[in-house]
Amino acid sequence: MWLYEKKLQYPVKVSTCNPMLAKFLVEQYGGADGELAAALRYLNQRYTIPDKVIGLLTDIGTEEFAHLEMIATMIYKLTKDATPEQMKQAGLDAHYANHDSALFYHNAAGVPWTASYIAAKGDPIADLYEDIAAEEKARATYQWIINMSDDPDLNDGLRYLREREIIHSQRFREAVEILKDEQGKKRIF
Amino acid sequence: MKQLPQEFYATMEQLQAVDFVLVELTLYLDTHPDDYEAINQFNQFAKERKRLKKVIESTYGPLQQYGNSYSGYPWNWNDGPWPWQL
Amino acid sequence: MSTHRRVWYPYASPFDPCPPITAKTYSTPPNLFLGFQPPNLEQFTPMQALRTGTLWKVFYDPWYSPYEAPRDGDHI
Repeated sequence: MWLYEKKLQYPVKVSTCNPMLAKFLVEQYGGADGELAAALRYLNQRYTIPDKVIGLLTDIGTEEFAHLEMIATMIYKLTKDATPEQMKQAGLDAHYANHDSALFYHNAAGVPWTASYIAAKGDPIADLYEDIAAEEKARATYQWIINMSDDPDLNDGLRYLREREIIHSQRFREAVEILKDEQGKKRIF
Repeated sequence: MKQLPQEFYATMEQLQAVDFVLVELTLYLDTHPDDYEAINQFNQFAKERKRLKKVIESTYGPLQQYGNSYSGYPWNWNDGPWPWQL
Repeated sequence: MSTHRRVWYPYASPFDPCPPITAKTYSTPPNLFLGFQPPNLEQFTPMQALRTGTLWKVFYDPWYSPYEAPRDGDHI
């Protein structure tokens, strides 16, 4: 089972009321390479992967839920007291008409989250390569969001999340090496 | 809703730092199960997080539930602010 | 600039409508080069690790927006 802890993984701060940034950030909430897709992808792959890497998929998948909560916190803070007029000016008019300021699992263009974002091939190497690619894509998405943001506090949190993608990619690359059964012999790839 | 004292934020950040080391070591040990020193470091930090959890819970209330923290009276798991509201 | 950036020079046509960006960069983060992580790599302090998002210094490769000025303590 899972246990919730009443604490963010990282102390998220937002310095300005800027719903426009929320519009971009939702890409990492309900987008193809976002945190929801990541968590569900890894946890779902656990059932058909060699035992040696199940722990890693469990732990990274669980950490992704902590990141999902960080993104939700950023979006929540960026839109919390925004007026309908501010939401309109931020390009969130269509979102507001349907959801008010409620969060919803869709990407920055408003496309709802779908399970076809995540692959599960049942082949350990194919699945781990999918995971490595997903981490690199999420890293790139954070770069593009940081490039559009001038909020230094928000960017601190986004930089942290981007760095986590680097670490996860590293661990998945190591998992591939473990499955190649070369650990101890050759540790270069 | 209750406002938390300024020290709470600093203590919470300490717990976040210790827990972050534990997350990092967890992922590392998942692919390096034989690293004795890393396991020692892990167990040290696990002890420190137990201490900090008690400190935080004395001002903030239970961090976990389903029995992984004790409850005050009345039931205080529902008490805000929640993490995203802080 | 971080040593984990690479640069390339896209072709610019005289008929391109936007002012050309003559040099483009992309990220090649440290995880591409390290291989299987060796033991006992140098660590950040717990607070620095939380701030940077990595326990081990070798993986630290931060990304900044061209529109934000790095603040004190951003570069460890």
